[in-house]
Amino acid sequence: MSEAKQAFIERSKSFWNPGKTQDWQDMGVDLVIDRREGYYLYDMDGRRLIDLHLNGGTYNLGHRNPELVEVLKGATARFDMGNHHFPALARTALAEALAACAPSPTMRYTAYGSGGGEAVDIALKTARYATKKRKIVSVIKAYHGHTGLAVKTGDERFSKTFLSEDREGEFVQVPFNDLNAMEDALKGRDVAAVIMETIPATYGFPMPAEGYLPAVKKLCERYDALYIADEVQTGLMRTGEMWGCMRYGIEPDIMVTAKGIGGGLYPLGCTLISEHCAGWLHDDGFGHISTGGGAELGCVVAMKVLEMVQRPEVRHTVNLIADFMRAGLEDIMAEYPDFFLGIRQHGLVMGLEFNHEQGAKPVMKHLYRNGVWAIFSTLDPRVLQFKPGLLLNQADCEEVLRRVEIGIGLARDELMGAGSRRMM
Amino acid sequence: MEPEIRTLVDISETQAARRSHADLMLERARWAASIFQRFDRDRTRRIVEAVAQVAHDHAAHYAAWAVEETGFGVVEHKTLKNELTSVAFAAHYADDDFVSPVVDEARKMVRIPRPAGVVLALTPSTNPIATVNFKILMALMTRNAIVLSPHPGARACCVDAVHTLARAAVEAGAPDGCIQVIEQPTIPLIEEFMASPKTSVILATGGTAMVRSAYSSSNPAIGVGPGNAPVYVDPSADIPMAAKCIVDSKSFDNSVLCTSDSVVVTLPEADERLRQSLRQAGAYICDEEEVERLRRFLFHERGFNVAAIGRDATWIAQECGIRVPPKTRVLVAPFALVGVEERMSREKLCPVLGYHVAKNRNQALSEARAILRLTGAGHSAAVHAGDPQVVMDYARMVESYRIVVNAPCSQGAAGLQTHLAPAFTIGTGYFGRSSIGENIGPQHLVHWSRVAYNSDQAVHFPDFAAVDVGFEGPLPPAPAGGLPHGGRSSTPTRAGQTGHRQHGGAASGGLDDSAREELRRLIAEEIRNTLKGGR
Ligand SMILES: Cc1ncc(COP(=O)(O)O)c(C=O)c1O
Repeated sequence: MSEAKQAFIERSKSFWNPGKTQDWQDMGVDLVIDRREGYYLYDMDGRRLIDLHLNGGTYNLGHRNPELVEVLKGATARFDMGNHHFPALARTALAEALAACAPSPTMRYTAYGSGGGEAVDIALKTARYATKKRKIVSVIKAYHGHTGLAVKTGDERFSKTFLSEDREGEFVQVPFNDLNAMEDALKGRDVAAVIMETIPATYGFPMPAEGYLPAVKKLCERYDALYIADEVQTGLMRTGEMWGCMRYGIEPDIMVTAKGIGGGLYPLGCTLISEHCAGWLHDDGFGHISTGGGAELGCVVAMKVLEMVQRPEVRHTVNLIADFMRAGLEDIMAEYPDFFLGIRQHGLVMGLEFNHEQGAKPVMKHLYRNGVWAIFSTLDPRVLQFKPGLLLNQADCEEVLRRVEIGIGLARDELMGAGSRRMM
Repeated sequence: MEPEIRTLVDISETQAARRSHADLMLERARWAASIFQRFDRDRTRRIVEAVAQVAHDHAAHYAAWAVEETGFGVVEHKTLKNELTSVAFAAHYADDDFVSPVVDEARKMVRIPRPAGVVLALTPSTNPIATVNFKILMALMTRNAIVLSPHPGARACCVDAVHTLARAAVEAGAPDGCIQVIEQPTIPLIEEFMASPKTSVILATGGTAMVRSAYSSSNPAIGVGPGNAPVYVDPSADIPMAAKCIVDSKSFDNSVLCTSDSVVVTLPEADERLRQSLRQAGAYICDEEEVERLRRFLFHERGFNVAAIGRDATWIAQECGIRVPPKTRVLVAPFALVGVEERMSREKLCPVLGYHVAKNRNQALSEARAILRLTGAGHSAAVHAGDPQVVMDYARMVESYRIVVNAPCSQGAAGLQTHLAPAFTIGTGYFGRSSIGENIGPQHLVHWSRVAYNSDQAVHFPDFAAVDVGFEGPLPPAPAGGLPHGGRSSTPTRAGQTGHRQHGGAASGGLDDSAREELRRLIAEEIRNTLKGGR
């Protein structure tokens, strides 16, 4: 590590976040991201990394995508954040564009937050207003953000720290893929909404069992609860379809998108709301106020993002990358069958499972040392999140696989000892 | 479900947008190429044959459309060209193998074909569909992906034809995206495509400016220059037959082929007989005043009158106030001096034929040479002669890489009535500032890796017969977790079952891309319907 970087890391500890900065050093990832372009990140010491983390899809279209940069630059000639109280050109245009590609024909309105968490909060508040009920059901180890309500739907690891866990019994959590537990939670008809990540990201992308999500949607209908789809990580073509829930035939009542919608250039969170649960927008439009929510510069970028991800070339390329990565990863899996146990996959939403409680952490470290940046799943560190970009080119895909094979081999040796070498 | 996006900030005219447009299409093509290269010869041939058949079936349809859209040419002739560039063209190369490795035991070498990758093909407005057919089939024969950029004048018919052939290719098992078309080509956009590092080779047929621009793009290019074929009729020729060839050739598709005859050169002793025979074959010989009217009509300040391209001889005559018999197929314009001073010595993409009588054979040959010096170097020339010495003298004199003998030049140079390779892109070689001097064929879209063993006899050259050459076929579709059968067609293949990818094609997983996509849609649709029904 260069002296300059060393010094910088100290400053980061002094002024930004000492705990987190140190944790990364302890995990063997001394990354300080400097330049970035396409799917490449450059450490401040100049080392190149292929980004397979993409901040959960924020950089779906690559870092500083030239078209998005161009549109943002163009937008600054006319717009700024805008005034959040008034009808606004860009905010309305984006809402229209979202309605046009929404997973349900009744989905009409978009309420804006400045990020995913806030958009989730808006979704939950919308559901409570619409149903006049308080209870929210989520999945154990779901992750919907760290804002006031969203944090309560998630793992206590994040809420308890700040004395913010649910104490009123208003936030119920049930195991993923367990329909009985879901029905038990809904039976009382006192639930406002079920919030579902279509494929839980921070939990390591366990795949919904066949028929699970449609059945949850049916249970919601039976017990008068709304279905909120959190499409923050699964939306925007990552599954080969505009929104992941569409792949399972779900028409949610409310949907949240964030991260990638802002093209990695302008933070934005959007809550799409169906007419039948849009009560507060009619009755009290001032009900949720957010100065930064739906900033118009972000809206202009977001419209371009929507247009870009729906190009036919993108859809085709996504499928090709998915097939190609799968074939390559299966070869690697065959090489390390005692360590690399499985691939969870739906399109470009992928999780790699390892045979160790914390297995994904050394894999992450060795990938990092070998020029690939992919992150472990916070709520299931056996699983590495593997999230190739929508436009990752063929040559880079090959490069990723080559490096992943090396990295996984090294991680395996570190955990299991080089002696018990692979069986071919 | 394509949304109508209302962009408040329009960047469509920026370089960023153009570059990204090029990038997306070319990368999709690269992916397709990378999969195509896993295909064996049988799989490849099935695709070529299927696409050729579809092109053939649509020959008349697109011929009519092309004439309608461009105003150039003759439907019946275009139909013939479209047919010749489909099934007949595929048949011509049916026995050539651009796919399998070749073992040469005598020289202890193995040659492995390596497709170019992504071919960027510019197609002209004069032979739009024939060129589209021709380039697509060459790309498929060699397992390349191809992106076509049609001339704006023939955009609609070409875009439609490419879509038709692309569909046929995918249905026959070709990788999705291996045939694409730039739907709204503009010069700055095409320049982005040409300059992209994702383009492997540019196959440029079209105007000189476009061809030169292809060569300056920094990418490998096969561009061809314009034609301006001199046709020498020697007194030793079978004159009536020569005249018939010339009229058939010059009137073919109203002379829009770049291989068509430009100026007939002959000698005084053949002059009268030739004129007589030309008339009999359907030509009208203009007098001096009529030639002047033609000159003024055909050549404007800035060049050739585009309104005249590919029009009927009678239409042109009428425009010029020349009274001709109604069945006239060619207007012959005699002139006295070959050279820059005489615009009639240049290329005329319409059935107007220059006609010049030289004093003697030496002069005739040097006039023919001079015609190609003006324009058309390296392209085409024809000679009608009984004496092989004359043929040899002529062929050595003119700077052309194909000399058609006793056959119609238009068709002959394009390989239609000679044994030249059938082609709608004619290599003009070094004379014509091009990299290739023969008729372009699939062989130009593939290079070969040569595996060369130590020539010392002591070093063993092994038997390659049983060696796996990696024809793995299409990629198996990745599973989509949570969908029936993991989103896959048949048995869910998971860890342990798959292990190493099987070699040898069909084993590797069933559905092709389009079928898989279709299946995905059907499943999603089915689920949605079930749900709706359940409410
Ligand atoms: C599925 C999901 N929902 C919501 C969020 C919260 O988004 P934000 O961090 O923008 O508040 C995240 C962030 O990781 C997420 O992964």
